[in-house]
Amino acid sequence: MTATIVAIIGVALATFVTRASGLYLMRGVTVRGRMKAALDALPPAILVSLIAPTILTTGIAETIAAVITAGAAFMRLPLVVVVGIGVVCVVLLRTVIS
Amino acid sequence: MTFSAREFRQGVTDVLPIIVAAAPIGMLWGTLAASKGLSPFESWFMSATVFAGAAQFVALEVWREPAPWVLLTFTAFIVNIRHVLMGASLSRHTGGIEKRWHPLMAFLLADENWAFSERRALKTPLTASYYFGLAIPMWLTWTISSLVGAIVGRTFGNPAALGFDFAFSALFIGILAGFWKGSRTGAILGASAICAALAKLYVPGAWYIVIGGLAGVVVAALLYREGDLS
Repeated sequence: MTATIVAIIGVALATFVTRASGLYLMRGVTVRGRMKAALDALPPAILVSLIAPTILTTGIAETIAAVITAGAAFMRLPLVVVVGIGVVCVVLLRTVIS
Repeated sequence: MTFSAREFRQGVTDVLPIIVAAAPIGMLWGTLAASKGLSPFESWFMSATVFAGAAQFVALEVWREPAPWVLLTFTAFIVNIRHVLMGASLSRHTGGIEKRWHPLMAFLLADENWAFSERRALKTPLTASYYFGLAIPMWLTWTISSLVGAIVGRTFGNPAALGFDFAFSALFIGILAGFWKGSRTGAILGASAICAALAKLYVPGAWYIVIGGLAGVVVAALLYREGDLS
């Protein structure tokens, strides 16, 4: 086996281990109270962490586009429309600002 | 599982716009892989078995000949550590899904599939049919587009020029709105966003996602009051 194939399998296994361990970690654990409040916060906390560097530290175009996208999202527009508004805004803003 | 065509179709419908954005990024990855000396088969094989955009782009940055597999494996682990949190969160909704599907679900756990599934679970129980409706089109798009990029050796322009790179940020903002429960959510999101942005600037690698995620969890635990119905 070539070094390339070994490396690919290594990367694939490392990725799978992270994905599977989380899914199996909490199996059969019932949570309530403060622990449940903390776990319920995980999805929005991770979602915002994924995008925070892009929307806060990339440039003013990304930040403004994110604010407009958030406005569209809170108007309960369909998700496709929200994504479309975000993409169009960022393209326009990047053109205007650069 | 009892396969539900309706659930599967709903998953496909939800993920379609994201597929449009993911295809040029897969092609870009394939192009970069070819420039690093990977054959089209090796590029396809990596996308098919790893199926993780961020980890694959980082891997190419570290790549040289012969491939330093220990370093690459360790780097992939660090970049993907966020999946531990995502999996732990998602496992609250997988109780109704037959156990034999769990390994395949874990293999296909990408940021977008995870985010859509969490959103779905807010309203209705998560099913394997819905999950695979999201994940299988994503896997096909990612593997085919990276193979095309590796063979053709060029992309249709820079994804950033067309705003495709921002589609993922916009998607996550759209999904976030569904998690809003008032000012307490604002405090959680603010803490996570600030900690993630600072960590991105000062901590090497992809730890910022874990640091930001845990910051929000800590704030949620601190703000909890006995008798909350959350």
